[in-house]
This record gives sequence, C-alpha cells and structure tokens, in this order.
Amino acid sequence: MRVTSIWTEYLKLAEPNSLAMQDNNTEKVISLNGVTYRYRGGESLHFADLEIPVGRHTLILGDSGSGKTTLLHILSGLLKPDTGNVTIDGQLLYDLAPRQLDEFRGRRIGLIFQEAHLVKSLTVKENLQIAQGFAGAKVDNSRIHEVLTLLNLDHKANSYPNKLSRGQMQRAAIARAVVNRPAILVADEPTASLDDRNTASVLELLLNQAETSGATLIIATHDKRVKTRIAHAYELGGHLS
Amino acid sequence: MNLLQIAWKNIRQNQATSILGVLLTAFGTGILCVLLLTSHQLEEQLDNNSRGIDLVVGAKGSPIQLILSSVYHMDNPTGNISLAEANKLTANPMVKLAVPLSLGDNYRGHRIVGTDSSFLQLYGLELAEGRLWQGDFEAVVGAEVVRRHGLRIGDKIYGAHGLSSGGHTHDEHPYTVTGILGTKHPIADRLILTNLASVWRMHGDHADTDAEAHDHGHHHDADDQHDVVGVEEHEHHHGETHEHTTTDHPTPTTDHPTPTTDHRSPNTDHRSPTTDHQLVKSIMGDIGSGEREITSLLIQYRNPAAIGMFPRLVNQNTALQAASPAIESARLFSLLGIGIDSLQVLAYVIMLMAALSIFISLYNALKNRKYDLAIMRTLGASQGKLFGIVIAEGILLTFVGAVFGIIIGHIALYAISSSTTGNATLLNAMTLLPQEAWLVAIGVGIGFVAAALPAIKAYRTPISQTLSGN
Repeated sequence: MRVTSIWTEYLKLAEPNSLAMQDNNTEKVISLNGVTYRYRGGESLHFADLEIPVGRHTLILGDSGSGKTTLLHILSGLLKPDTGNVTIDGQLLYDLAPRQLDEFRGRRIGLIFQEAHLVKSLTVKENLQIAQGFAGAKVDNSRIHEVLTLLNLDHKANSYPNKLSRGQMQRAAIARAVVNRPAILVADEPTASLDDRNTASVLELLLNQAETSGATLIIATHDKRVKTRIAHAYELGGHLS
Repeated sequence: MNLLQIAWKNIRQNQATSILGVLLTAFGTGILCVLLLTSHQLEEQLDNNSRGIDLVVGAKGSPIQLILSSVYHMDNPTGNISLAEANKLTANPMVKLAVPLSLGDNYRGHRIVGTDSSFLQLYGLELAEGRLWQGDFEAVVGAEVVRRHGLRIGDKIYGAHGLSSGGHTHDEHPYTVTGILGTKHPIADRLILTNLASVWRMHGDHADTDAEAHDHGHHHDADDQHDVVGVEEHEHHHGETHEHTTTDHPTPTTDHPTPTTDHRSPNTDHRSPTTDHQLVKSIMGDIGSGEREITSLLIQYRNPAAIGMFPRLVNQNTALQAASPAIESARLFSLLGIGIDSLQVLAYVIMLMAALSIFISLYNALKNRKYDLAIMRTLGASQGKLFGIVIAEGILLTFVGAVFGIIIGHIALYAISSSTTGNATLLNAMTLLPQEAWLVAIGVGIGFVAAALPAIKAYRTPISQTLSGN
C-alpha cells in the first residue's frame, strides 16, 4: 500500500520548548501507530503516527475529503483501522471485544457533531440519562443537573429536542458528551454552519467543558475561525490513492 | 432508562402508526379471546350441565333440540309427550330417577319449569332461603333470577307465554316466590321452578283440553283463551295465603286441600331427597291421568347396562324420542366448531395484518431514526441493545394490543351474554382462563417476528457511514 497521507504538525500559539516539556512529562491520552484504513472503493489512507498528551487540546485540520472524519471515527472506536494500533487513555482500543469497546467509548470518549443529533423521542435529561446508562454507569441525576446548570439548560431538562432552539440543542449535545467525564472530547466540524458569534460561543463552551471535565478536546475542522482558539493543530495532508 | 422505557418513548413518538398496530392486534386477540372463552365455556357447560342426565325423553323431532330445550333450556321443545307413556318409562326397572319437565312460560326471559323435587336432587340443588313449593303457583327461583330482578320471598311474579320474554302475561295467575336456590348451577340459577300442576293449570288442564292449543312455545298463540276447566278444583287463592314468610305459612294440608289427582300432595315435596326416587314414581302415579302431557323426562339409569338398551327401547317401541345428552352435546359442539374455526381464521388474518402493520411501521421508522440509533452507538450502546430496543418496540405494541384485546374480548362476551335471554346464558364474561396467557404470548411472538427484520437492520446500523452522511 502506498502512503498517501501524512501528518503535518505545527505550533501556532504555544512556545516550542514548553510543548516539548509537556510532551515529555505528560501521559499520552491518544496514540496512533501505523494506522491505515482502506475504503470500500479501494482508496486507502495511511495516517502518520500521533501522540497527544493529556490536556493538550488539538485541532485536526484538512480539506473536505482529506480523511478528518475517518480519523475521528478511528479515534472514537467507531471505525476499525485495517492496520495499526490506537491507544486512548492507556487502552488499546481495538484489542477490546466489541461490547467492551462500546462501553469504553461511552465512558471515555465524548462525541459532538455538526448537528446536535439528540434522540428525538427523549427529553434533554433522558438524552443524558441514556448516555450514562449505555456507558454502563448508574444514572446520576445530580451530575446531569450539574452539567445542565453549567450549560444554562437546567430549565430545559424536561423539554423534547423539537422544543429547543438550535443553540440549546448544541449545548444539550455538549452536555451529553461531557456527562460521563470522558478522557477525550471529540468534535467533528462543530462550527461548520454557525456564524462568527455562535462559533465563538460554541468554542468557548467546548473549551470550558473540556477543562471542567478534565477532557482533552480534539476538534476536526476546516473552519479557519477555530484555529485562533486552539494552540495545537495537525494538518491532514496528502491525497487519497 | 432501560431498553423498555426507551422503546416505549419511541412508540409514543410515532403514535399514529403505533395505534394502528395496537388496534389490529387488539381486534385479532379480542376475537380469539371471545372464541376461546366461548368454546371453552360451551364445552364445559355442555359437559357439566348434562352430567347426571343419562337420557332425555321427549316428543319426536330433532334430538339436539330436545337436549337444548330440556337440559340447557335454550331452545323450544320438540313438543309434548303423554304423561301415561312417560309413567310407563318411569316404572321401568332400568330407570333410577325420572324427572318430569313441563315448559311453556317465562318470567322476563327466565323459564318457568314445572317439575317436582327430584329436579333438585338431579342437579344437587339446595335452597338458600325459604322453602319448596307446597301448592300450585308457588315457585322457587334461581339465584341469578333473584340477582337480576331483586326478588324476595313472598314476591309475586307473573309468567308470560313462550320461552322468551315478550309473550302474553298471565295476569290471572301470579306465582308466589316461596324459596330461593343457592348459587350452584349455571342453568338452574336462571330458572324458576314450580310444580307440574301449576303449569297445567296456567295453560288449562290437558286432561280437559285439546293439546294443540297448548303447544308450549312452538306455535303457541299468545291470545289463547285458557280453558279454566280443571282450575276450579284448585281454587284456593294462593295469592292470599302465601303472602307471608315460611314460618307463618299454614300447613299445606290445611291451606291447600289436595286437588284430587291433578297434582301431588304438597306434603310429598317435603320428603328428603333420599326418598325422591320413590317419590317421583308416586308423583307420576298420582298424576295418573293418561291424558295429561309433559314436555320431557330427564332420566338417570340404574346401571350402565341401560345405556345400550333403554334408548332403543324408547325409540323403537314408543312414539317418544330418546336423546343422549352426551352424544348430542358432542354433536352440537362439533357443529359449533365449524363456525369457531372460520372465525379463528379471520382472527389470525387480522393478527397477520397487525404484524404487517407493525413491521412496516418499524421499518419505515428506521429511516427517520438512523441518526438516533447511530448516536446511541456512539454513547456506548452495543449492537445487541439496538436490536433489543427495536424488538422491545414490536413486543410492547403487540403486548399492549393483546392485553387490550383480551379486555375487549371479555367486554364483548359480557355484551353477548347480557343480550341473550336470561336462562339461555351459558357464558360468563368474568371468567379468566389460563389459556388467555397464551393469547398474550402469541401476540408477543407476533411482535417479535414483526420487529425482527427492522431490529436486524438496527443491529447492523453502520455508525460511521451514518454519521458521515454517506
């Protein structure tokens, strides 16, 4: 298989020295080694090895079709790579049995999408309850209350998604992603369809919640506005073969 | 939230299609429930109610009709038979007990049955209150009659012509309620029992009248002018003498001068059941006259040898008809079975439609729910849990439908049993059968099958593809 994709790491805001120290002294929350993925049509991607320390919020940049979403899905345990290892929070992801992987994902990985994708038949609170339940945790209503309060959604706890504004839905989706205090918070194009003001607001929320929950934030985006807020970024280059 | 709660929430989200599935399941289960209860209870009743009766002897005609009219009190009799001929049969050594029945009138749909105390012995009935009739136009009423019409000891009831309500009322001869039967027997509970003479007198004594004018329900003319000949000898004003309780009732011998041979002495009705065998024969002997008629004779054999011989004796050597309740009940049930089978097919077709409706509803809903399912996977739900959620939806829909259907079935049966005439009711809507649990199980099974394919589709939801919008 021909290598067609590489990582380009660049540092925008942080000083190189401090980053190096952080890298040396901090436990890795994400690690990719020799990961390749072949699409059904035969095209394949080879991802450069990657290590992200705990707490280093990181952007994954790239044009449409460069494989950002594929990489996020591989990192989230949703898409098994053809070769290579993925380690999240010290756990070799694809060594887990399918059910263990599902539970691990539920507990340690929070996912946020461009659309909120709340379960329509459930209230905001119930959306958070199933997030706890599917992750194998006991439903903790005080934690749900805490998260919803932080996101100023407590008064909408018993509302169904169709009764929420777009902003409220996005906040509810963030609440659902952080309710289990994940190790990594993965967001796929969270600002793609937002104006500048809402983009800033969503980024603020994501960063705050990642900090509050102790999660490392990984955002895949081609939105240049996001680059101003996140120090580290990896650009996904190359082309599909 | 567990899977059932999530499934229930999804069902509520799609109310219109869910209600259709529930209703179709309910109708199918409802029909099956009615059929189950009806066939089970009919079979049981046909069996139980004819227990102890080995043979019914009546006028020539349909044997099923004879059984229905004399044992189940559901149909019109085949006609009348000569009391003299009946007496000859009663005297046969193969006969242990012979209970005469004389039908023709009703009280609000409840049949008034002219008989003697051997009727109580045959069915193992006991008085819950009051006493047995001691004279003409005194009656013992069944518990269900009392319940429905609030009758009490001493009340007067007016019989009407025919075997179902609506006939000409016998205003001139009210019956006085002297006793109430304890709840014991589904048929007897709905009857009003009196002595034979009362029925004869009500319709004019057959010893002196033309039998064709008293066809007891077949072509009985409601405007008949009753022949009062023979009644005169019984004029002892029951209405006046029986409007008080048992304790202050004058002794029958003083208050009811024995009307020669027209009916037995009231004293005989007070004999213990153990002597009723002799009693029956003596009653028949007392009645005596060969001109009198009764409707039928319920016979209990003295020994099993009579099973093969006695019916043949009756059918070949007399102008009467002998019908075996066991044989005719089985024949009747097999005839009913054809109708039940047809309705069962209809019910299964409706259940199949319910299954299709649920399948289509769940399958179509998957298109709208594909993101929901994919998101659940990202939240940690396993493939098995998604399968379980969709299966639970199918099962919940049919479970609710099946339970609802069973309730509908019982309500329908109640309506059916309430709309039928009082003493023709053999169905009890309040009875719960263990087999009804099977109906729910069948419903749940149908729900599982209907949801299986959508559930497999949910199980195979490609999360990455779905979330990528590919």
